[in-house]
Amino acid sequence: MAMNSTGRPTAPADAQSTAQDVDTFSGSRGLLQAEPLLFEVGAADKCGVDLPDVPEHTSRLGGLERSEAIGLSGLSEPEAMRHYVRLSQRNYAIDLGLYPLGSCTMKHNPRLNEKLARLAGFADVHPLQPQSTVQGALALMGELSHWLCAITGMDAVALSPKAGAHGEWCGMMCIRAALQERGELSTRRRVLVPQSAHGTNPATAAECGFDIDELPADATGRVDMDVFRSKIGPDVAAVMLTNPNTCGLFERDIREIADLVHEAGGYFYCDGANLNAIMGKTRVRDLGVDAMHINLHKTFSTPHGGGGPGAGPVVLSKRLSQFAPVPYLVQDGDAWRLVEDDAQAEEKPFGRMCAFHGQMGMFTRALAYMMSHGADGLRQVSEDAVLNANYLLARLKGEMSPAFDGVCMHEALFDDTFLKNTDVTTLDFSKAMIDEGYHPMTMYFPLVVHGAMLIEPTETESKESLDRFADTLLSLAVAAKSGSSDRFVSAPVLAPLQRLDETQAARQPVLRWREA
Amino acid sequence: MRYLPLNEDDRAAMLARIGVSSVDDLFADIPDDARLGSLIEGLPEHAGEMAVERHFTALSKRSLSAGEAAFYCGGGAYRHHVPASVDHLIQRSEFLTAYTPYQPEIAQGTLQTLFEFQTQVAQLTGMGVANASMYDGSTATAEAVRMAVRITRRNKCVLAPGLHPHYAQTVHTSANGDKIEVNVLPPAMGKDLAVVDKLDNDTACVVVQNPNVFGELVDLTPLAEAAHAAGALLIAVTTEVISLGLVKSPGEMGADIVAAEGQSIGNGLNFGGPYVGLLACKDDRKFIRQAPGRFAGETVDASSKRGYVLTLSTREQHIRREKATSNICTNSGLCTLAFTIHLALLGELGLRKLAGLNHARACVLADRLGTIEGVEILNTSFFNEFTVRLPGNAAHAVEAMAKSGVLGGIPASRLFGAGEFDDLLLVATTETNTDDDDAVFEMALREVL
Repeated sequence: MAMNSTGRPTAPADAQSTAQDVDTFSGSRGLLQAEPLLFEVGAADKCGVDLPDVPEHTSRLGGLERSEAIGLSGLSEPEAMRHYVRLSQRNYAIDLGLYPLGSCTMKHNPRLNEKLARLAGFADVHPLQPQSTVQGALALMGELSHWLCAITGMDAVALSPKAGAHGEWCGMMCIRAALQERGELSTRRRVLVPQSAHGTNPATAAECGFDIDELPADATGRVDMDVFRSKIGPDVAAVMLTNPNTCGLFERDIREIADLVHEAGGYFYCDGANLNAIMGKTRVRDLGVDAMHINLHKTFSTPHGGGGPGAGPVVLSKRLSQFAPVPYLVQDGDAWRLVEDDAQAEEKPFGRMCAFHGQMGMFTRALAYMMSHGADGLRQVSEDAVLNANYLLARLKGEMSPAFDGVCMHEALFDDTFLKNTDVTTLDFSKAMIDEGYHPMTMYFPLVVHGAMLIEPTETESKESLDRFADTLLSLAVAAKSGSSDRFVSAPVLAPLQRLDETQAARQPVLRWREA
Repeated sequence: MRYLPLNEDDRAAMLARIGVSSVDDLFADIPDDARLGSLIEGLPEHAGEMAVERHFTALSKRSLSAGEAAFYCGGGAYRHHVPASVDHLIQRSEFLTAYTPYQPEIAQGTLQTLFEFQTQVAQLTGMGVANASMYDGSTATAEAVRMAVRITRRNKCVLAPGLHPHYAQTVHTSANGDKIEVNVLPPAMGKDLAVVDKLDNDTACVVVQNPNVFGELVDLTPLAEAAHAAGALLIAVTTEVISLGLVKSPGEMGADIVAAEGQSIGNGLNFGGPYVGLLACKDDRKFIRQAPGRFAGETVDASSKRGYVLTLSTREQHIRREKATSNICTNSGLCTLAFTIHLALLGELGLRKLAGLNHARACVLADRLGTIEGVEILNTSFFNEFTVRLPGNAAHAVEAMAKSGVLGGIPASRLFGAGEFDDLLLVATTETNTDDDDAVFEMALREVL
């Protein structure tokens, strides 16, 4: 029998079994505890909150008392802690490892920002308490506005949009209002949107009542300028362009695009999802942009939280800023004031996007991030983000297939050419990354590239982390090409679950728990 | 810079590997005259943790926080006690720093909690299904209207006179692009039933809030019957979701779609956001197909183990693009988690008691304020918020009370604009208030009148 250095027996080689072969009696697997649904572990009569006694009173519910049981399950506090801690351990997270989702900017989330967002003067103030009692919170919004305008060079910012897509809608509604004022809304119907755009762009333009006209990409992954010139005309309301685009490339002809759309009487909406690549290197104002949303949850590191909340402030050019929605912030001397009502507005707001004035909790975090970095740090952020992506591109291009030649911006795009003549697809390759301890890159997006794999490491990865990641991807690529498809087609086998049946989920939707 | 791991040696080695001599070579595609040669103007350079914290602490102190005051503001945002364990759990790295669960094998934590959230929302509202959240109650309402228009293929909506004006404005603005005709009834206290008179063959939906913006409870049953008789849908709106622990659910009263603000459970005031929009509807394929946003659904993995995925995504923008039911992508993920954990801690027993406590505190407070000469309680029914008529301007009274550390409600003019409602004050109370707080509020109000 083989012994280790402390004299204990080690397992003989022929008795080794792989993790996926072991069935446990409990359903738990070592540190990974089995955990049913809340409704299966909780009970109607359990409660984890002690409340004061209900004072004597005469009910005034107007005969609308609930008579039916709600059906909720409760847990005591220790049970709740275990339930949700156990569930948390089934999630991948930035704090666990590199999260290379292209176009998502999964960077480190500083914990100072969490602490500051919880200060009572921001977290425990009501949106409608007298404005004289929230001057600190309003001043913070004013400071955030200053930073966003300085970084982009733009004239004004609308703070109320609650996420990127909501920001797109805000910007496009400003454009709509401007066209309406010019009396051209009925004649300018078309919005030009590249094929490589995020799905939110065409969806937003459609919600604003415009028709979508798609722009193809040229051989270099950028807007095909010949097609663009042929499509521009007096019926164009706007072009919506992401820059750098979703192929990870800077649109070299952006100034010409801006000039052409402006000459034709339209507007230039820029999707700011990829602002992380260009802060301190250029200002979108100097690129000719009229409106751009900024995803505070991407560039400015407010946590993604498993899908939100985000925040999507929109910076606006002078000619659009007058149409910004209510509420908006104005400064009178040392005092800050919110204009909340169309009737009081000196400008021409296109309307209201939501109750209250935006994602304050995200504003505090984003401003803390910006102040921590400063003008010098923000430029360094973009330089390091672009450097990291290009370093990965350089390390991977020998075995994987870059979609386009040359350098990239903050994300590197590959297609599935390197998997040709193998049994491995982009999906298989991505799932094999899970077994290697990595979250997959963005896959099958953008749509202009076959089997796309979009890798965005962000600036908060070290060189050592990038090297480990590159080594792993290179090994996987070599393995795929050598014809060993087993580790790919069944992957992942080391995650909490194997591949899930998405077809069944959609065909027979089970969207809630019900008592059996 | 504490957040940037690369040092100069790393950068040099990486540039060499890439085969460029300077980092600016990587930015060569930026037009020459648009390149910034120096640092961004008008911004300071980087700052350490202590300096940033000092700045934020100073700013924070310039506001009067709810916890420092006797606090009675509502109007769509409510101050409830959130157990400490909720904030601890939502700050776990695995929840806080995860992305949208597009890779379900390594996102079951988020997906299972979303499935629990959807179930809780469906239970609370008395509806068949709920989605994985919207931005807030107001945008959920706007999305519900657009959903109703698609379902009924009709083009008009009628907004009840008790709908929160911010919600009405949000619906109005969002309907603009779709050319939905929005019929907003002028705000009034006890007249929600008047929407019935506006129903016609083109009406897709009526939108009614309960409790309404004045705090008055509304029996939705006759409204649902009238709407259905006209072939229209009833959208029920709730801005105070705790009320559902005590009041008949919108589902029980016949609502087809429910749009609600979920902030009261698990989430703080946060000066207006982030909050969590709830959207629930009948368990009907026609409804679900037209619903906005994400759904988590149950399925099995390759070894037949139960698991959860995002599903029915052919409605969504990343698949359907301009034909999507909504452009929403990022929603209120972490706020739904806070909601779910808080509601799991409450359970059936806790929520009912909490709702009862809120109502009782409001009854006690209404009795107390009603003793002040010239102050009139206008509601015939309410949950935890009611409207009082003051002998003078309510905005002035609120400003004056704030000077003595009392945040004594919201002047109706703040929501409706100056004019008709200048003497009305919306007063909300919750379990966080005590008899002592009520006494301070009463005294402050007496003093300023």
